[in-house]
Amino acid sequence: MVNENLVDNIVSEPYKYGFVTEIESEKISKGINEDIVRLISSKKNEPEYLLNFRLNAFKKWKELQEPDWADLGYEKIDYQDIIYYSAPKQKDKIKSLDEVDPKLLETFDKLGIPLTEQKRLTNVAVDAVFDSVSIATTFKEQLAEHGVIFCSISEAIKDHSDLIEKYLGSVIPASDNYFAALNSAVFSDGSFVYIPKNVTCPMDLSSYFRINSGDSGQFERTLIIAEEGSSVSYLEGCTAPMFDTNTLHAAVVELIALDDASIKYSTVQNWYAGNEQGVGGIFNFVTKRGKCIGKRSKISWSQVETGSAITWKYPSCILIGEESIGEFYSVALTNNLQQADTGTKMIHIGAKTKSTIVSKGISAGQSSNSYRGLVKIGSQAKGARNYSQCDSMLIGDKAAANTFPYIQSQQPNSEVEHEASTCRISEDQLFYLQSRGIEFEEAVSMMVSGFCRDVFNQLPMEFAAEADKLLSLKLEGSVG
Amino acid sequence: MERKKEIKQPLLEIRDLFASTENLTILKGVNIKINPGEIHAIMGRNGCGKSTLSKIIAGHPSYEITSGQIELCGKDIEPLEPEERAQSGIFLGFQYPIEIPGVSNLEFLRVATNARRKFQKKEELDTFEFEELVKEKLDIVKMDSAFLSRSINQGFSGGEKKRNEILQMALLEPKIAILDETDSGLDIDALRIVASGIKKIANKNSGIILITHYQRLLDEIKPDFVHVMADGKIIKTGDSNLALELEKNGYDWTDEFINKK
Repeated sequence: MVNENLVDNIVSEPYKYGFVTEIESEKISKGINEDIVRLISSKKNEPEYLLNFRLNAFKKWKELQEPDWADLGYEKIDYQDIIYYSAPKQKDKIKSLDEVDPKLLETFDKLGIPLTEQKRLTNVAVDAVFDSVSIATTFKEQLAEHGVIFCSISEAIKDHSDLIEKYLGSVIPASDNYFAALNSAVFSDGSFVYIPKNVTCPMDLSSYFRINSGDSGQFERTLIIAEEGSSVSYLEGCTAPMFDTNTLHAAVVELIALDDASIKYSTVQNWYAGNEQGVGGIFNFVTKRGKCIGKRSKISWSQVETGSAITWKYPSCILIGEESIGEFYSVALTNNLQQADTGTKMIHIGAKTKSTIVSKGISAGQSSNSYRGLVKIGSQAKGARNYSQCDSMLIGDKAAANTFPYIQSQQPNSEVEHEASTCRISEDQLFYLQSRGIEFEEAVSMMVSGFCRDVFNQLPMEFAAEADKLLSLKLEGSVG
Repeated sequence: MERKKEIKQPLLEIRDLFASTENLTILKGVNIKINPGEIHAIMGRNGCGKSTLSKIIAGHPSYEITSGQIELCGKDIEPLEPEERAQSGIFLGFQYPIEIPGVSNLEFLRVATNARRKFQKKEELDTFEFEELVKEKLDIVKMDSAFLSRSINQGFSGGEKKRNEILQMALLEPKIAILDETDSGLDIDALRIVASGIKKIANKNSGIILITHYQRLLDEIKPDFVHVMADGKIIKTGDSNLALELEKNGYDWTDEFINKK
């Protein structure tokens, strides 16, 4: 048929971010054991409490089992074949951006994240993380004037140990799950954000994670604390080069919102997804969770997941404070042989807590895309409300979509609403658009963005445009 | 000096067209010629191949031309994709316009209009310019601008869907418009609105094919030619009186053309 031929002829857009930066790295030997954990800690000159945190986590990790309940199939990961610390060689102490290796600056330039004073984005502060270390954080001083702390977590461990000691692992304890335990033992860097009382962060904050090395895993750790009455919008982007081996990425993100505080966390995940035959790509096992401790606090996750060979990710909210609000807006797109098992957990503990879940899964090629979500209403959560909407879109006839909603309620005076739908882009819909002069590819992307609109509306503006573009690129050649 | 002789070129010419879907031959030698300014009606029983013919002209991927030609202004359109056919001026008004959730009608109309304008080497319209244009065209089909902010055809009534089709026709200014049972499912008021819209859009440079079962649309829009189709062929052509005859005598007489040959 005409369309199928057309599709065969369309050459898939190559992954734009698949380049490797040639840079000398300091890597430690492969494998993991107690000495490696100690070595990482000593490389970072960490205080004792953090070494203990790591060692404790490592002990837990050894006791835990790798989870196998997700709808994912992959070859067993050999944890002794991974390098747990890799850092580009740099001068010991960098005082300013001028001392950063130009190759690194160039890398971020190429990724569209210029860091130098003249070129950097004016409305967003960036923390750039390359393999295991943070390279630079922009606008630090300007943010400091407002009392906002935005720096790498390594710096925070040294300079703000009171906050780290109080909050690190307080949302996701090391024993939470296998990958969180692994991260807690070996995490190398990541971002730290602290918004003081009654401060509205004057600009968006963002972290850009770049995996460069093929044989080392990336284990970043992010901690965001919003004090009473404060608010912040945080963006996260990620890319990696194309390697034909799989690279493990196991991050932990913890958010803490006190009374009346609000945190908006947006992700565009575009790790390398492997090629059409499913060779290579990032294994993305991420634990993200926010705790609404304070009354009327709010945590909102929005994510656009387009990359990775495997995605295992459930950004969640624990709603403790009365009238606190949790939100999860997600678009997950899988193509070729990608697999995604993603969703959220909304744990309602406080009274009158509210949560909203909007999940849009798009599966193309032979990929598999599952939504997995838990809504739990505790016995004290009188008047709690949840609304969930999970829509799946299938493109072609070889892709799979699943929805696994779990609902547990111990409070009769609460409301849980779940809606789900599955649709397929039909030949007739495409023909309708085409018969009005709209190109085949544009017709597909119009329908996909239409399908995702509810979620895109939640993203910061530049992010939404980028996400829209990204989806159409990812889908090129996927419809038949 | 030799005076150039004006040759009147047909807008659309279909010659001995055979077409099939899933190995089933549906069109078995269709011939039609449409000149600028002409309105043709194609009538016939369900399953005679009328809708198939319209989809084949528009380039539906489920059908295959096995022999014969379709030419638009002397150019064979078979190698063209559906979108290229639309851009070059072929318009199909669907019998059952499909719903497309999430895609705004306004945005869709703008992208479609600009695709056609780009082909015609006219300047593309920005959102403001387009809103001006579309408001003007809304009047033709007496549609409220509230339709524009909704998803394409989603939740539209039967009549609204058909009016939306005619709105698209008005915006795209096609050379040849094929309207597949645009009258079906319409009450008499909606029919009048749709018919008067079509008449307003019709002009001396373009052609229209009305596919219908009933006389009532043709009471509103008088065709220059009426073709009767049976078993994938046109078995009789006449003027508007032929439609009146059909109205009176029905289609039973066409049955003798089926499975004979």
